[in-house]
Amino acid sequence: MNLEVADLRLSFGGLLAIDGLSFGVGENEIVSVIGPNGAGKTSAFNCVTGFYRPTAGRILLDGQDVSGRRPEQIAAMGVARTFQNLRLFGELSVLDNVRAGTHLWSRQRAIDALLHTPRFRRTENEVTDEAHRWLDFVGLRGDRAGPARALPYGEQRRVEIARALARRPSLLLLDEPAAGLNHSEKAEMTDLIRRIRELGISIALIEHDMGLVMEVSERVVVLNFGREIADGPPEQVRRDPQVIEAYLGRDAEDSEIAEIIGDGHG
Amino acid sequence: MSAPGTGGASGLDRVSGFARGLFDSRWPGPVLLLAALLGPFVNATPYALNLMTTTAISVMLAVGLNIVVGYCGLLDLGYAAFFAVGAYTSGVLATRFDWPLLATVPVVLVATVIAGIVIGGPTLRLRSDYLAIVTLGFGEIIRITANNLDVTGGPSGIHGIPGLFGGEDKVVFYYATVVIVALAVIGAARLGRSRIGRAWRFVREDEDAAAAMGVSPYRVKLAAYIAGAVWGGLAGVLFGAHLSAVSPGSFRFLDSALILMAVVLGGMGSNPGVVLGAIVLAVLPEALRDLVDWQYFVFGVLLILVMLVRPQGLWPARSRETPQDAARAVRPEVRA
Repeated sequence: MNLEVADLRLSFGGLLAIDGLSFGVGENEIVSVIGPNGAGKTSAFNCVTGFYRPTAGRILLDGQDVSGRRPEQIAAMGVARTFQNLRLFGELSVLDNVRAGTHLWSRQRAIDALLHTPRFRRTENEVTDEAHRWLDFVGLRGDRAGPARALPYGEQRRVEIARALARRPSLLLLDEPAAGLNHSEKAEMTDLIRRIRELGISIALIEHDMGLVMEVSERVVVLNFGREIADGPPEQVRRDPQVIEAYLGRDAEDSEIAEIIGDGHG
Repeated sequence: MSAPGTGGASGLDRVSGFARGLFDSRWPGPVLLLAALLGPFVNATPYALNLMTTTAISVMLAVGLNIVVGYCGLLDLGYAAFFAVGAYTSGVLATRFDWPLLATVPVVLVATVIAGIVIGGPTLRLRSDYLAIVTLGFGEIIRITANNLDVTGGPSGIHGIPGLFGGEDKVVFYYATVVIVALAVIGAARLGRSRIGRAWRFVREDEDAAAAMGVSPYRVKLAAYIAGAVWGGLAGVLFGAHLSAVSPGSFRFLDSALILMAVVLGGMGSNPGVVLGAIVLAVLPEALRDLVDWQYFVFGVLLILVMLVRPQGLWPARSRETPQDAARAVRPEVRA
């Protein structure tokens, strides 16, 4: 699926969160959106998935303008997402969480459930098999019958991705999938993102871990203060003077990019 | 989970282990049904039959409200409104137009669905506490309307509602009620374990995450409301037929609150739990009848004690997967 964001603007009262952002995700492409905290990355994702209504601009999915549609309508068009702060259904079983992804395509009516028709059994088995399939795909090790909140953090991240994949999306938006993961988990996440792309799914990725971003992305879009300051292949973006300026002067996680930039020059 | 105290209470552990085994097994339902069917053989006095019939009807109400409050997480303080719509619709048709009571059921279904949409439609965009207040208001509106209309007989209500099959014996009516209520309980349980039942719980747990998966929170909540309305309305038909009379006094806020109490006491979202909750609430005051003036005082204290000891309810809802589902092996490639 093709995503095209054109001149997107979003303001909360007087605060301009996104100020004329344009970027695209091509068919079966991995595009990363990076930028300092508060640059408007998650706001942009929320606009694309219908959680925020853009103040101006257009969001095109395969050429169709979807700006202003509700989240469930966007999801129905084949878009799935994960959340920056895990949004699992904590009390429900891991399997049930992933079954949520099947809601849109499972053809089961209430009457099938009331009468336990053959269709009911067939669809229930189908949905359970699908949930297991995606939990296998993301490599979940924990208990699938227990409540999702009982899983360790890294495992919960996998469940959330499995849930999004069970939607059978054409476009997947991942909001900081590697946040809070340890080194080996990050490596597995990198591998997982690659394997998702191999399924033919287009991926938009917000991520702070530059190693992961540089490794998996075809293109990187850099935001600062709600504006796009660079857009191109990782090699080109990491040398962009504006990007370097946006990231230097900041510390914390960005010492990493300084390293990467240094590598690029050396 | 909620086993109180940890200090060397092996007896208590054994009890809670037994309780867990009981909760997970399949036989409480059939055993309860059998008990209900054998009831009249043990005691068929008018008093006992009346109590058993009333209990069965309140079980149906609790199960219906559980769809709204327990499964979907919508706090409804005016559930008696749907109960009233069912009772009045069938009562008016049966007494004023001489319809056989069973013939009124399709009309009751239509009326309750409409009531569900009318009450639910404009209110379901509200979040929890606001919704509670608005449903409380709707509950009162329905009762006051019934109190003031001529067709509903005003404050004195409607009299002379025939039985389900036109003046059958009380025992026959009781058995018919048990069968209908059992079907209602099974139906609610089946809905709860289906695609729509899961959607209800997704919306209850996290509306935004549900919407991101394509679950429309609005439509799903409306579906819960309509299902609750249908269960309540059909219970209303039974209620009218049982008493052969309906009056506004049966649909006060207190009645809505009692049904809600059955749901909370039994365990929100737990179908067997709310059945148990409704039975306890219907039978306990009768069991305390010998205490005369102290009856409702002790009743209240017991309820508080139960909620302190078991805050999740007598029979809490648990997310559970059948062993077959939990271990369905389809894995084409298992990654270590």
